Amino acid sequence: MTVQDLYEKLKAKFPAHIVELSETKPDPYIKVEAAGILEVVQSLRDEFEFQTVANLGGIDYIEEKQFAVFYHLFSYTHKVVVALKVFLPREDGVSVPSVASVYKAANWLERETYDMYGIRFEGHPDMRRILCPEDWEGYPLRKDYKTPDYYRGIPVPLYFEGDSSAGGGH
Amino acid sequence: MHLSHQADNLRTDELLINMGPQHPSTHGVLRIIITTDGEIVKAAHPEIGYLHRCKEKHSENVDWMAVAPFVDRMDYLASMNNSMGYAIAVEKLMGVEVPRRAEYIRVIISELQRIASHQMAFGTYGLDIGAFTPFMHAFRDREKILDIFEAISGARLLYNYMWIGGTYRDITPEIVKQIKEYCAYFAGQISQYNELLSYNKIFVERTANVGIMDRELCWSYGLTGPMLRGAGMKWDLRKDEPYSIYSEVDFDVPVGKGEMGTLGDSWDRYMVRMREMEESLKIVNQLIDGIPDGPHRGRVAKKIRVPKGEVFSRTECPRGELGFYIISDGSEIPYRIKVKSPCFLNISTLDEVTRGLMVADLVATVGSLDIVLGEVDR
Repeated sequence: MTVQDLYEKLKAKFPAHIVELSETKPDPYIKVEAAGILEVVQSLRDEFEFQTVANLGGIDYIEEKQFAVFYHLFSYTHKVVVALKVFLPREDGVSVPSVASVYKAANWLERETYDMYGIRFEGHPDMRRILCPEDWEGYPLRKDYKTPDYYRGIPVPLYFEGDSSAGGGH
Repeated sequence: MHLSHQADNLRTDELLINMGPQHPSTHGVLRIIITTDGEIVKAAHPEIGYLHRCKEKHSENVDWMAVAPFVDRMDYLASMNNSMGYAIAVEKLMGVEVPRRAEYIRVIISELQRIASHQMAFGTYGLDIGAFTPFMHAFRDREKILDIFEAISGARLLYNYMWIGGTYRDITPEIVKQIKEYCAYFAGQISQYNELLSYNKIFVERTANVGIMDRELCWSYGLTGPMLRGAGMKWDLRKDEPYSIYSEVDFDVPVGKGEMGTLGDSWDRYMVRMREMEESLKIVNQLIDGIPDGPHRGRVAKKIRVPKGEVFSRTECPRGELGFYIISDGSEIPYRIKVKSPCFLNISTLDEVTRGLMVADLVATVGSLDIVLGEVDR
């Protein structure tokens, strides 16, 4: 089974949710409407034998004023990775349905996405930061993120400014 | 009457234990908050992020070649495998071919790195269980691999050796000789490892039937590598979706069989690693005599421009499948690099797997996951 075949089958099954197959090279992705992602992922696992999630995370398309959440699902039966992508408006507090009820791996991966981009996942059992401290301000992987000078009175080292003495301030 | 009255007033309570972040058996800076009922674990919540350096953010600010050293620093016990995974992903995106000589060197070096990484897993796991001697043996033998790596790259831990399009330096006949000598030496050591630890009665009692992960659990949590193979599934990217020159070499994929207890227990996962060392040795022995002549690096400029596009590429690292999802906007720096870290998902299973076990078994389970916190936190 190729991604093209899968796209056609999904398109026939979920005409309202599946938008298009991208032209990106070398790996295409299937664009999915945010509202339908849980249903599509559930069906991919139960009917198309995509047993596992290989990757999940966020992207900040700052030029297009969009966030994206991507899902790489893998099937041991068909030996194929399918990439799904959901586009969201680039706003604070934007959210997408959680798929943690389908794949347990999504629990931590979605938490990481929230931590890095501030994208919330509806229905997630434990929507907290995971890598940054819980009182960290801002979302580091956003393209317009500015490293703060201080975190609770502790100087934050800057690596990309000034001379080569990285980790300055100590 | 008096006694039973007292018993009614006795109260049992849950006790919260904090393990780490500085703890000998957490394999780095990992903190686990354990809720216990007597000796029984009722819940175990791993707190990660102590080693978070936001490598993915750094990668968006430097050029393509400069990302390789960051990748080295994720899984610092398997730097060679990590940077090979990154190089392969970028090469796929650029559509460049790697010279045959470079492919040979890469596979030989990354298999040696796999052995070194598994030696570390073996030694520290023994240490977790209370066996100190295996650790000394493992480190003595790992040291010799580090000597080889030092000879080829100049560094002992973080090599920056696998470059996009090939390798940083060529290997010399002296190094080939050194590798051959090592292989001849190490072939005899594995059986000693097994005698020391693998079939030791105490070790088997501590690890068999502990921390059982079946295939369905591995799938749901996205576990790969020795976790999945320990659960009895014969799946190895080197065999099933071969990259580089793995399709040309002959090796087996060891899987857990539940020999000492239940399929998918800590002993099975441990034993998969022990057997993988033998297979890695087999691969190195097959390739070392036939390294073809030619350049060790393809025609790739120092300053790379990668065509617009995106790729998701996975390679088999000692701890599981390491994935790189790379988006390029056609400029000199990556737009987005998302690393799929196997250890991140391995440690996320901890709560489910250890519930109902003894606290000491939790230590045995964490050890069998073989996590490297640098890769969990990135």
